[in-house]
Amino acid sequence: MMKKYSNQRRAYGEELVALGRENPNVVALEADLGKSTMSCLFQEAFPDRYFEMGIAEQDMLSTAAGLAVSGKIAFCSTFAVFASGRAYDQMRQTISIGRLNVKLCGSSSGLSDFGDGSTHQAVEDVALMSAIPNMTVFTPCDPVEVRQAVRAAAAIQGPVYIRVVRNDVPELIDPSSKFEVGKLRTLREGTDVAILAHGVMVDEALEAAETLQKAGISAKVVNVATMKPFPYDEVKALAGQVKAIVTAEDHTFIGGLASAAALALRQSATPMDYVAIPDSFGQSAQSSEELMKFYGVTRDDIVKKVQALL
Amino acid sequence: MKVSQREIEKMAAQIRRDIVLMIGGEGHVGHLGGSCSCADIVATLYTAKMKGNPADPKWPGRDKLLMSKGHACIAQYAALAELGYFSKEHLVTLKSFGSMLQGHPDINKTPGIEANTGSLGQGLSIANGMALAMRLDGRAETNKVYCIMGDGEMAEGQIWEAAMAAKNFKIDNIVGILDLNGLQATGPVEDRFDTNPMPEKWASFGWHVIEIDGHDIPQILAALDEADTVKGQPTIIIAHTVKGKGISFAENVVGFHNGAMTHEQYETALRELDERLAQF
Repeated sequence: MMKKYSNQRRAYGEELVALGRENPNVVALEADLGKSTMSCLFQEAFPDRYFEMGIAEQDMLSTAAGLAVSGKIAFCSTFAVFASGRAYDQMRQTISIGRLNVKLCGSSSGLSDFGDGSTHQAVEDVALMSAIPNMTVFTPCDPVEVRQAVRAAAAIQGPVYIRVVRNDVPELIDPSSKFEVGKLRTLREGTDVAILAHGVMVDEALEAAETLQKAGISAKVVNVATMKPFPYDEVKALAGQVKAIVTAEDHTFIGGLASAAALALRQSATPMDYVAIPDSFGQSAQSSEELMKFYGVTRDDIVKKVQALL
Repeated sequence: MKVSQREIEKMAAQIRRDIVLMIGGEGHVGHLGGSCSCADIVATLYTAKMKGNPADPKWPGRDKLLMSKGHACIAQYAALAELGYFSKEHLVTLKSFGSMLQGHPDINKTPGIEANTGSLGQGLSIANGMALAMRLDGRAETNKVYCIMGDGEMAEGQIWEAAMAAKNFKIDNIVGILDLNGLQATGPVEDRFDTNPMPEKWASFGWHVIEIDGHDIPQILAALDEADTVKGQPTIIIAHTVKGKGISFAENVVGFHNGAMTHEQYETALRELDERLAQF
């Protein structure tokens, strides 16, 4: 079947506008990247509720805290690397300790900002955001799930980080399906191995499952759209249903999906391995695919890890 | 609000006594210096200026005070307790396990606290957000956000991001108050990291600047009233203060930024403040 591609960033901006229509308390803040994060759509629709904060991410987050503590649902958008790193302290101190309604969109995450190089490629953002108590972390796999995550974020009382990628990606989620916070989403059934993935790696996992099937291996593909609260119990239960578990993420193996799954499986006899970016920064390239190949986070890497475990 | 100068001065003395009581005697450290330097400002705001309701700390019609220099929150705790936001019995539990009075302000633990501050340099941005929310809610004409900052804190870059933002958004329902006591944790501000000159910096960032003696109640009141008349731009009150003001042995002593009093000093401070309170 031909895949339908669309853009997570556009989905984010459009859903923000939809939310804004339903709830006058939704406001948006941006740090001069609105035309990339697509928060510019909200600006067009609701100029009075949109705050261009300039290139000042720390001020953006703290200002959002002031709006949130005053009853607003404040969506902040910028590149993931700045969202999680530059304004980490602001997110930690006032927003998360106070459990304030600030929703942070980390756009152009992982290796998706291929051209801009290491300074712009967030390969540790999930680890940073997940480490903060009171946080919720969403890692949607496609534009449909981005919309669902935006909606779920608005309904949560407290801070939420939403990880969004830059490039067009295949639509994998049925829009009529229900997004449940902290629940795994099985996209393909299988009995030999379970591949856990989030973000752009979910499509890689589905492709890997196709390849494995041709080799006689039945692979279950599970989408992890909530990295926090991580579904530890569900992942543990999965171990009883398959002979091996492999995780896949476009993030380093430290503090992301590999780490969380290993923790969930710490008392399990089921072997697990991971596909993740090594403990290293990214670099510039002509495409995400080129980088994913170099850092070992492709469908082929998943296939190899599965075959080695079984 | 018609409150006499005498009443405000009495409140300031009471706040200082509560601060000493909260910190406690030998073996306890606390931010005595920076809390006492802003005590007169805090007393004036709470007794003569800010709209609020101790029985309903979240009353939507209230004005807000943020301690960007969060370590001085004990001055705010004292005022809140005196006004009845919570029982004064809590004061001696400061920084104890399970206490509603944390070492730095906690919105979810203390009635009357408006945001978690303590990581310096962030309060003014938070205050901007509150002021913008008041604008969205149609309250900018009737409500204000006050934000007390320290002079050591002026080294934090985010202060100047927030200063630019307030000017950019023409926020005129925010009043910054700089508690310029001249001392930071490790010594005189101008020796450790010179952030002067303050009036010129704030003026060039587009703020209406008022300079006062931060221990002179009529000057504090006049400055706050003047801020009410400023339209289209934010106001900063640069208050020249004395760190440790009102505690004879602590005035202008760096060691009392977050120091411990001896038993004798503790008793002396309480006696001096009791004598002061007896004048009212």
